Amino acid sequence: MLLAEELRHSFGAVRALDDVSFSVQPGQTLAVFGPNGAGKTTLLKVLAGLIQPQHGRAQVDGGRRAIGWIGHQPQLYGQLTVRENLRFWSSLYDAQPPGDLLTRLGLEEHADRPVRALSRGLVQRVAIARALVHDPTVLLLDEPFTGLDRIAAEALSRLLARHAAAGRATVLVTHNVEEGTGLATHVAFMRAGRFVHFAPRAGRGPEQVGEDYRNAIA
Amino acid sequence: MRMVQVGRWITAIALLLLVGVYLRALAYTPVEQSQGLAQKIFYLHVPAAIWAETAMILVGLSSAFYLFTKDPRLDRFAAASAEVGTIFCAIVLTTGPIWGKPIWGTWWTWDARLTFTLFLFLLYVGYLLLRSAVADPAMRARYAAVLGICAMCEVPFIHLSVYMFPTLHPMPIVLQPGRPKLPGSMLSTWLMSLGVFTLLYLGFMVQRYALSYLREELEAAGEVGHA
Amino acid sequence: MRSPNLLRHAWAVASKDLLVEFRSRTAILSVAVFVVLVLVVFNFGRDPTAVSNLDLAPSILWVTFTFAAILALNRAFQLELENHALEGLLLAPIDRSSIYLGKLIANLVFVATIELIGVPLLALFFNVLVLPYLAPLIAVIALATVGFVAVGTLFSAMTVRTRFAELLLPVLLLPFMIPPLSWAVLATGRLLAGRPLSEIAGWLNMLAVYDIVFVTLAVMLFPATVNE
Repeated sequence: MLLAEELRHSFGAVRALDDVSFSVQPGQTLAVFGPNGAGKTTLLKVLAGLIQPQHGRAQVDGGRRAIGWIGHQPQLYGQLTVRENLRFWSSLYDAQPPGDLLTRLGLEEHADRPVRALSRGLVQRVAIARALVHDPTVLLLDEPFTGLDRIAAEALSRLLARHAAAGRATVLVTHNVEEGTGLATHVAFMRAGRFVHFAPRAGRGPEQVGEDYRNAIA
Repeated sequence: MRMVQVGRWITAIALLLLVGVYLRALAYTPVEQSQGLAQKIFYLHVPAAIWAETAMILVGLSSAFYLFTKDPRLDRFAAASAEVGTIFCAIVLTTGPIWGKPIWGTWWTWDARLTFTLFLFLLYVGYLLLRSAVADPAMRARYAAVLGICAMCEVPFIHLSVYMFPTLHPMPIVLQPGRPKLPGSMLSTWLMSLGVFTLLYLGFMVQRYALSYLREELEAAGEVGHA
Repeated sequence: MRSPNLLRHAWAVASKDLLVEFRSRTAILSVAVFVVLVLVVFNFGRDPTAVSNLDLAPSILWVTFTFAAILALNRAFQLELENHALEGLLLAPIDRSSIYLGKLIANLVFVATIELIGVPLLALFFNVLVLPYLAPLIAVIALATVGFVAVGTLFSAMTVRTRFAELLLPVLLLPFMIPPLSWAVLATGRLLAGRPLSEIAGWLNMLAVYDIVFVTLAVMLFPATVNE
């Protein structure tokens, strides 16, 4: 579903990606862990087509239409209501927002309030809804749990589990090993633009992965 | 480092030659009847004007190629050419009024060619300001290329808009068939001057190019913040 | 196949911008007040016994539009930087050019609104007869506006992400505005003086050429301002 071949990219003298290759099959969730500046966000941007890699290629089945992105920033217009935001973003995908989307995220009572009047936790839930308006088959998540409140984090975990159960793919990058291990089928550690470890999770829990991570990065 | 020195040498030689051209202009070329000595400035003024405009076209072309190839050398070339073009515009804009005061009786007039050069100067200044306002090197190169291409395409429109107003400017005499010919010594001196200015452009370019290369190296090493 | 999509997405972006604008209304109101103030300043910044209103009116009109348009243009991409919405637009399966065209349409609607306020006010304040020449005047204004708003929209996509954006945009844009501006002033002057239309055909042609060149150029160059 998602393929990366020998990706290399640098910003000036800084190597952000150094020969990264992997693939993600339907139903799989790849969690990429790495310290800040390891090139995780660059990797996601290359997969999403936001950055043209200097070498290698990244391919997502279905192209940009298939990709859903959740990042640090909600990518919403504060003056517009939740419903207007979702309608706008789905129109760019020539899609209709799924009918139960607002219900799934507990947003129906806030649907007609402008986004800037919502609390931070609610905005994050709207941002998750925004990423799902076009029913994406590949999710790219950049530190998705950072700053989420408990309800939003649980809603996101449920959505990701459902997404994977439906035979879809997810790539999640984060510096926090505690947050993503439970959902991952595969685990990669990234340092200075390279995958220093890439293997199926094979039943390892967060403690085990955390220890492997410290050993690999140190 | 070596490239900077090569540039310095070329510039030094060009400046020496320029002195030579002027000695020749003062000693050997006839004094123009109606304009007197003031006409001598034209050996400086016209070649500088020609290169000021050519430099803008080179900025635009190298910008266009940069967007296709993303070769940083083209970006450096465009930046260097813009800086040199700015200098040449400044020469034209200073020598123009110096000549204009005794001949036209006024320092500044909204004459077509003068206005044109002023526009060119403003385009260059905008280009350099945009470069200095963007910190990220890749973004700076892309933005500068977009502006450089627009500026090149703007040049013919400025021509169109300034030449609609009546002009006091002397029309080009060189390369006009059927008009009274320039005395041979004037023409040859002028051609020499054009050659010297070409060399001067080259010398400045090599220096600026080498300097921006060195600055990029430093930026990459994180040793200097962007100016 | 491709171009209807391009226009549909462009319209989606534009109508979103206009909806945001309609919600807050602060920008359009401030610029409208600005237009009134500039016209008032012009009234006091001249000697009515020295220059007739008719001679001055074209300059007043276009200088006012120039500054109002620059104020308006700065706002267009500001909206997309909040919450990194621009990144969302780039992620969507739409042509980069449709983002530009959407912004251009929204800016044109915005500037046209300002001009719609400016022309009657000019007629009122300076006692200039506008109605008999309304159709050709609209043609002149429309042709000139498309050209400089096209360039301004492209430049504002770059300047918003630089330091001192508010200052840099006019510095970059004004040299590009002057050719269409000078032709528009000349054409407006002829029109208001009641000269025959054939006298302004030349300016209209030049404005049209400028529009075609710079709209094409901007559509082609815009992707380079957002692609990493």
